[in-house]
Amino acid sequence: MTDPHQQLDLRKDEVEAGTTTGLASPSVDVTDSRQNSLWSDAWRSLKRNPLFWLGASFGLVFALMAIIPQVFARGVDPRACDLANSKATPSSEHWFGYDVQGCDYLANVVYGARNSLIIGIFAVLVVLVLGVIMGAIAGFYGGATDSILSRIADIFYALPLILGALVLLRVGPSTDIPILNTRGPGAVALALALFGWMTAMRLVRSQVIAVKSSDYVAAARAMGASDMRILVRHILPNAVAPVLVYTTITIGVLIAAEATLTYLGVGLQRPAISWGLQIEAGQDSIRSAPHLVLFPSLILTMTVMAFVMMGDALRDALDPRQRS
Amino acid sequence: MGRYVARRLLLTIPVLLGASFLIFAMVYALPGDPIRALAGDRPVSPAVVKVLTERFHLSDPLWVQYWEYLKALLSGDLGTDFRGRPVLDTIERTLPVTVKLTIVAVVFEAIIGIVAGVLAGIRRNSFFDNLVLVSTTVIVSIPILVLAFLAQLVLGLKLGWFPIAGTRDGLYSYVLPGLVLASGSLAYVARLTRTSIAENMRADYVRTARAKGLPNRTVIVRHTLRNSLIPVVTFIGADIGALLGGAIVTETVFNLPGIGREVFDAVRAQEGAVVVGIVTLMVFFFIFFNLVVDVLYAVLDPRIRYD
Repeated sequence: MTDPHQQLDLRKDEVEAGTTTGLASPSVDVTDSRQNSLWSDAWRSLKRNPLFWLGASFGLVFALMAIIPQVFARGVDPRACDLANSKATPSSEHWFGYDVQGCDYLANVVYGARNSLIIGIFAVLVVLVLGVIMGAIAGFYGGATDSILSRIADIFYALPLILGALVLLRVGPSTDIPILNTRGPGAVALALALFGWMTAMRLVRSQVIAVKSSDYVAAARAMGASDMRILVRHILPNAVAPVLVYTTITIGVLIAAEATLTYLGVGLQRPAISWGLQIEAGQDSIRSAPHLVLFPSLILTMTVMAFVMMGDALRDALDPRQRS
Repeated sequence: MGRYVARRLLLTIPVLLGASFLIFAMVYALPGDPIRALAGDRPVSPAVVKVLTERFHLSDPLWVQYWEYLKALLSGDLGTDFRGRPVLDTIERTLPVTVKLTIVAVVFEAIIGIVAGVLAGIRRNSFFDNLVLVSTTVIVSIPILVLAFLAQLVLGLKLGWFPIAGTRDGLYSYVLPGLVLASGSLAYVARLTRTSIAENMRADYVRTARAKGLPNRTVIVRHTLRNSLIPVVTFIGADIGALLGGAIVTETVFNLPGIGREVFDAVRAQEGAVVVGIVTLMVFFFIFFNLVVDVLYAVLDPRIRYD
């Protein structure tokens, strides 16, 4: 597969290095970039996948809930409570019933989406930054650098995500490390990312190793491209597809992990509105008012499912071996 | 083979040390005065402070404290908690619960996962195949926290089939938490088996077996299954290590007094010695089972040679 962008890059490298060897003179017409690329093939297969559309619509609802919760809460204020309504069951007026404090539960569950989304996205961004930088360096330079970085990844990999983040968040507030001592969404996201970057690093590392000895990389080097340019323009684009699949699924995993940490008491703290806190508060009345655990659990599960389904569909679409 | 094992063993040492140091640093690098925390509101005499500071190496730099910890660890002393109970006793008391839970989980994972995967894999695109695909996606998406409550609510409270907390009913009280703990891996095993079987069904040696006129049953059981299960067996092996350290939520929700709940309680109470001791043990399990699996791979699959 000849990627037109790579051809263009090779020419640019030539110009930058001040040499015109003709090596990268396009045998394929560079201007004709509308060939069947990996991405247009992938999009065509995505469009036919019902699981992708199901996941995407769940994801869209979740994103809208995080951005404009008032619409989904039907204008009800989640903090306007009346103890007389405590644990009232769902009705046609109040679809999710009331919680222990007598607050409208639909409004509370809907308003919980924002924190989940913020933490999921922020954590995955930190994971990507850490993973791509460490993976690229380890794969590209190899040798001792690779050994050290890979051992560091092994060390973090041996600690379960929830356990590591649990300890870090427990001690975080009494340290003077910025963000980590806030008990806010930033702290939770950071703790999750610090114990969750290893898979991204391994993915990027293996992709870099797989392509770094290709002819086109050697060509770029021969034309005097710097390490940085070779990495960013020629090697890393190969890792985009697997990293994209991983990122999509990981947002869901991180959102579930956030709810778990908050449930365990080290994540978000009241008066923040969060699904983890709602499940934690609801578990005491699981016999008398099971809806208090069920509704936040249901919305949390559908959110995680949205990202898992989209990720699965993306993987099927981007993996050429599955195409016949 | 022997050299490979030796090299792998050597490589695990820095990882084990690094992981335990990481957790040690997080727990002990806390600012604040552990002696004051220990004493609570009661006044502490300077003499007591001096003795305690010396005994626990509190004024030394972090790495010296860690070195002292390691020296004690190698002689079998994991330290004591705030009430003076040895951490080793706590582990001895709680580990059997976690081991039982893990065994139940692995049995579910292996039996249900492999059977579902095989049935889906030998008839691709059948109704059952699609059922397995959809249900594994759903199971993977349900956070273990949610699944635990759902299982308690439906199978425990509504149907009354299983006890929902504690260990009073012996092994039977491990069934529900075991199933919950196994769920994610179970779905993964089913998918792995399905893909592996489906790939091998198209292999040349399977076509040869069919061409020889062997009955379908023999082709599937003797030829396809044996080869397809290699990655599955190794995944399950490595998963044992992960399950032993991953039961925090399950044990907490189901109120099982295992190492997962113990470490969670210790984190909340900032019982540093207990946290470091148990986490180091969990890391050891994780590394150990991964090592076993790597070696097992070579035994099961003669195409793989490490030397």
